[in-house]
Amino acid sequence: MALVSLRGPLRKLAGGTPQLELEGLTVIELLRGLEARHPEITGWILDERGRVRRHINVYVNGERGVEETPVGGGDRVEVLPAITGGSA
Amino acid sequence: MTELLLGTKKGLFVLEGEPGHGFEITARAFAGEPVDYAMRDRRSGRLLATMTSPFYGPKIFHTDDPSGEWQQAEGVALPEGGDQALERIWVMVAGEADGVVYAGGDPGVLFESSDGGQGWSINEGLWSQPSRPDWQPGGGGLCLHSIAPWPGDPTRLAVAISAAGMWLTEDGGRSWRRGNQGLNPRYLPEEALQDESAGRCVHHVERSPSQPERLFMQFHGGVYRSDDAGQSWVDVGAGLPSDFGFPLMVDPAEPDSAYVIPLVADMDRVTPEGRVRVYATRDGGASWAPTGDGLPSQDAYLTVLRQAFDRVGQGPELELYFGATSGEVFGSPDGGESWSTVASRLPPVFSVTASP
Repeated sequence: MALVSLRGPLRKLAGGTPQLELEGLTVIELLRGLEARHPEITGWILDERGRVRRHINVYVNGERGVEETPVGGGDRVEVLPAITGGSA
Repeated sequence: MTELLLGTKKGLFVLEGEPGHGFEITARAFAGEPVDYAMRDRRSGRLLATMTSPFYGPKIFHTDDPSGEWQQAEGVALPEGGDQALERIWVMVAGEADGVVYAGGDPGVLFESSDGGQGWSINEGLWSQPSRPDWQPGGGGLCLHSIAPWPGDPTRLAVAISAAGMWLTEDGGRSWRRGNQGLNPRYLPEEALQDESAGRCVHHVERSPSQPERLFMQFHGGVYRSDDAGQSWVDVGAGLPSDFGFPLMVDPAEPDSAYVIPLVADMDRVTPEGRVRVYATRDGGASWAPTGDGLPSQDAYLTVLRQAFDRVGQGPELELYFGATSGEVFGSPDGGESWSTVASRLPPVFSVTASP
């Protein structure tokens, strides 16, 4: 089980829990599992192509990850809005 | 009392007031987020808003109380597993059948709701058009921005896509055909005009409710009128200081009346000569006359976006409202005869809708 942290509206959509334990061998499997457990979050992190949205970053144990990044038991996964998304 | 819903770069603003006597902000929602469009469905009273978070993608929300909780609508997404993602919802329009609402978005997609905007599904007929791979996006993306129902007939609908042109259906959206005859895209070489897939950059279309076969169009260079339900078009832009612009409105009671807000040109998208003027025709576009009594008349280089112009009422009681990216909103209680400032110092205004 990986430990997944969410912030902002994502945390609210996932029931308000600061950290979730999720199963999966890659980032995309974790995020699909998250959508299955909390359907309200569907479309907020992954788009219809199954890609992490352009202005969301996923970190695995503090390092930037992508959809295919492997995830192991006890790994820390953080899903964060990127600083690139906003403008004045 | 008139209600204005303003979609802005920094949230939704609700204004209420008497036309010609000042408006006040009564609610704000989605603070800090870009609200592309908002509308009140006059049949149910429900408010719908579309917000495109730069982080989390485009969503539609609905509520019965703009100061209260908003619920996210379901089904606002492209089919999963494809090679495209929904970029933005540009417009929402109440349909003719009970509970039906349409939404248009980028990439050239039409959604339909049959329950007043809670659940949505994609229009497969338009989505599966064989020519779709050849559709070219305009500067704002491949946006489906205009939806024109046919009063009293839910099977007939016209939509416009920048730059995939006009599309018409007479069977409730199962099949679609183009409606671009007569349009003259001056930005294309002459040899390319016969190619129907070459860009037809429609900026805005409105149908006359009292004479539904008549439509007006603001094109990317050209103002057009159709008298055959959007099949063919004649250029009626002569007499305007510029035939480039985005917003367009009609008077529901007068099929010969329409309003445009010209901008200088595609390379200079501000009001001409530093003056804000709304041009009106009373003869189907044969002639145009400026209205602007009460609008900024000097040093005013405003940009008015395609969804930032709306009306309420008709005929002698026609009220007109438009907003600019400067954060100013203007209104007329008398069909453009006189104007006043409704609001100022707001975030850039993306859309304006008005209801009684």
